[in-house]
Amino acid sequence: MENQKNTAIKSVCFHCGEGLPKLKYQLDDKDFCCAGCKGVYKILSENNLCNYYAYNDNPGQRFNSESHLEYLDEEAIISQLIDYRQGSSSIITFYVPAIHCSSCIWLLEHLYKINTAIFSSRIDFLKKQVTINFNHEEISLRQLVETLIHIGYEPLISLQDVVKENQNVNNKSLIVKIAVAGFLMGNVMLFSFPEYFGLSGFEKQFQDLFGWLNLAFAIPAAFYCGRDYFVSAITSLKHKHINLDTPLALIIAVLFFRTAFEVIFKTGPGFADTLTGLIFLLLMGKWLRQRTYHHISFDRDYRSYFPIAVTVIIEGKEKPVALNEVKIGDRLWIRNGELVPADAILMKGDARMDMSFVTGESEPVHKVLGEIIYAGGRQAGEAIELEVIKPVSQSYLTGLWNNENYKSDKSKETFNDSVAKYFSLAVFITAFTSASYWAFTGDQHKAWSAFTAVIIVACPCVLALSTPFTLSAILSVFDKKGFYIKNTDAVEALAKCDTIIFDKTGTLTSSDTAEISFKGSLTYQEKMVLSSLMRNSTHPMSRHILQKLNPDQFYTVQDFIEIPGKGLSGTINGLAVYAGNLSLLRKQVNQSGSPGIHIVIDGQYMGVFSVKQQWRPDLNNLISGLKKSFQLQLLSGDTNKDEPFLKTIFPADAKLKFKQSPHEKLSAILALQQNKAQVMMLGDGLNDAGALKQSNFGIAITDNINSFTPGCDAILKGTSLSLLPAFIQLSKDGLKIIKISFAIAVAYNCVGIYFAVQGTLYPLIAAVLMPASTITIICFTTFTTGYFARKRKLK
Amino acid sequence: MNILYFLICCSILMALIFLAAFFWASKTGQHDDVYTPGVRMLFDDEPERENSEEDHFSN
Repeated sequence: MENQKNTAIKSVCFHCGEGLPKLKYQLDDKDFCCAGCKGVYKILSENNLCNYYAYNDNPGQRFNSESHLEYLDEEAIISQLIDYRQGSSSIITFYVPAIHCSSCIWLLEHLYKINTAIFSSRIDFLKKQVTINFNHEEISLRQLVETLIHIGYEPLISLQDVVKENQNVNNKSLIVKIAVAGFLMGNVMLFSFPEYFGLSGFEKQFQDLFGWLNLAFAIPAAFYCGRDYFVSAITSLKHKHINLDTPLALIIAVLFFRTAFEVIFKTGPGFADTLTGLIFLLLMGKWLRQRTYHHISFDRDYRSYFPIAVTVIIEGKEKPVALNEVKIGDRLWIRNGELVPADAILMKGDARMDMSFVTGESEPVHKVLGEIIYAGGRQAGEAIELEVIKPVSQSYLTGLWNNENYKSDKSKETFNDSVAKYFSLAVFITAFTSASYWAFTGDQHKAWSAFTAVIIVACPCVLALSTPFTLSAILSVFDKKGFYIKNTDAVEALAKCDTIIFDKTGTLTSSDTAEISFKGSLTYQEKMVLSSLMRNSTHPMSRHILQKLNPDQFYTVQDFIEIPGKGLSGTINGLAVYAGNLSLLRKQVNQSGSPGIHIVIDGQYMGVFSVKQQWRPDLNNLISGLKKSFQLQLLSGDTNKDEPFLKTIFPADAKLKFKQSPHEKLSAILALQQNKAQVMMLGDGLNDAGALKQSNFGIAITDNINSFTPGCDAILKGTSLSLLPAFIQLSKDGLKIIKISFAIAVAYNCVGIYFAVQGTLYPLIAAVLMPASTITIICFTTFTTGYFARKRKLK
Repeated sequence: MNILYFLICCSILMALIFLAAFFWASKTGQHDDVYTPGVRMLFDDEPERENSEEDHFSN
């Protein structure tokens, strides 16, 4: 048994847990899959930090970083990044996507052991942030970031500062209000209890005191905690529109003034208990509605994809410059793997642009001198020189975000708001009828009390609560299945969709599990020769091929040359070996059509390694589950090479469009919306970002929840894509539940109104009715959501 | 029964103290991160113990 466990442990990398290749790296009796993992282990063991491996098995992550960090030496950029600086100490917060387990917390909080110039570091695990306090006289920001990179935790520093945008001030003031409302409610309940149980003559002396105390507590409740409802009601009335806050504000006002009146003129105990309870519950509902995922950002735009600085050539010298200071006419120096941040003209070098960000096309595009390169392209090859022709904020791609017509004509009216109108109207009619009836019979006092009582009892409190409770219950069902929705309002938008548009690359295909296949044949000896060559390269493709070949021995390589983005060559055992794309081959090859890594050994063409995109599993089920009730479309930026396959799974009436630019995708959605369609868009990359934003419900598909996704309404894990029909069904059930709970609330209100119109509403009845109906609704929504979730097989 | 007046004052005062305590906690960021401190307190960082453990393994 013990032995078995050992072999199980031994077959994976001690650092990252990935499977070991036949030829593994070893240090201190531990096996590693690559030099990077071994390097991290070495640093940790030298600094006595091996506890890192004690809390979790294989806590590390494989990484390969070739970031250029020169920009971190620029004072202007440093001051943008640093939170606080005093004397010799600086505080900075980084977003580190690699944080994923308790070992990460332990290691990153012991940074001071690696470098004594680091005073302390603190992690916020859910936000994946680390706050570091360091001595900037002893260690520069660049060295600090390098230290982090060496131990495998590369911070993500982008133009859109993720760290600073997360600070949610709004939510904090709501929490303060909830605390105050809870405090007020508790105290008012305490002083109202004697009234509920009836006062003996001897206790009557306290009645006045309790009344005044209640009134004193009601003032902050109505005018501090409930202030937002008044503000919202007044603004919506100004726009000649009634939302749910309008009747709520009216009720708060009526409750308060009637309480004040009764206490001052000693005519009764007032409704302070109902008032404070109502406000507390309303604020709780509001909090539920605003709650969102801390660790997932839904509002990312192009800025989080772009670096914070770029290398500019000034008078023949390279200098890192902050991106927002890049001007037209600047000469940019873009190295292999770097992103072109602004539309520019190619001046020098051989540009092979990976435009998958912008167009979704998977193959790199070759650009010639003088050609325009759009922002968002990633250079795959040697360093190139570009001249900027448009500032970053006005480039082709960033223009997608400045589009004026985003969601402008989108009716954001929720069920609540549409019901609120009729509800308010009905309440007013009942209140006025009963008041005028009593006024007509000559009972002025009863007219006034009936009028106020109707308004109090007809409170749409339940309406304001059932929606957030139901929808947040649905959200938590979804997030267990890998579907993260921005907020509760978005669930309603999801339920209303009738058209679904798919992107292809990264959405219907999976970016993680690309399969490498080899066309041609290789002998064992040739495989080993080739692996020896590949081992010297850090290019992801070489690593994939290496993994596939899984060699058990390596030879020494002479004359190794790597031409970035093109290929590798070297001499092994006297054989000249070349691996790379066709452009470097001297002689013509018959199979020139297929892109990939071509192999030539000793002047002989051996074959080609190509990457095949893998379709996501269950695509058939997904499409057949959706085609009955939705209109389906496909908008792909790629070529139509997969059209025959896609035709077999999509229904005949579905439109499949290929070679769509980001702007064409956006306008396709606009056109559908003009035909009154409610459009759901599923996409993944920056090239879908405009369409995702414009659609009524944009879903970003990702294989790794922590990687960057464009701005959207929801993020869906690639593995959960097949559950989409069930998700949509459950959101529809959610709306049904809200409507049923509204009916229940109306039933409760009818009981209350029966007493209210007679002018005999005693505060105790109001105080009992409200919590009773609230509890009924909360239980009802929770149970029915659970029931529907099980029915849809989501639980 | 006049003692009741005093008790009522006490109860309000107590509640106010708790409210103030909540504000203080909220202001100093104690509710910002409710996950990490729970993990952090489980770490034991005694360098001597680490060494003795290593020795134990190598023997």
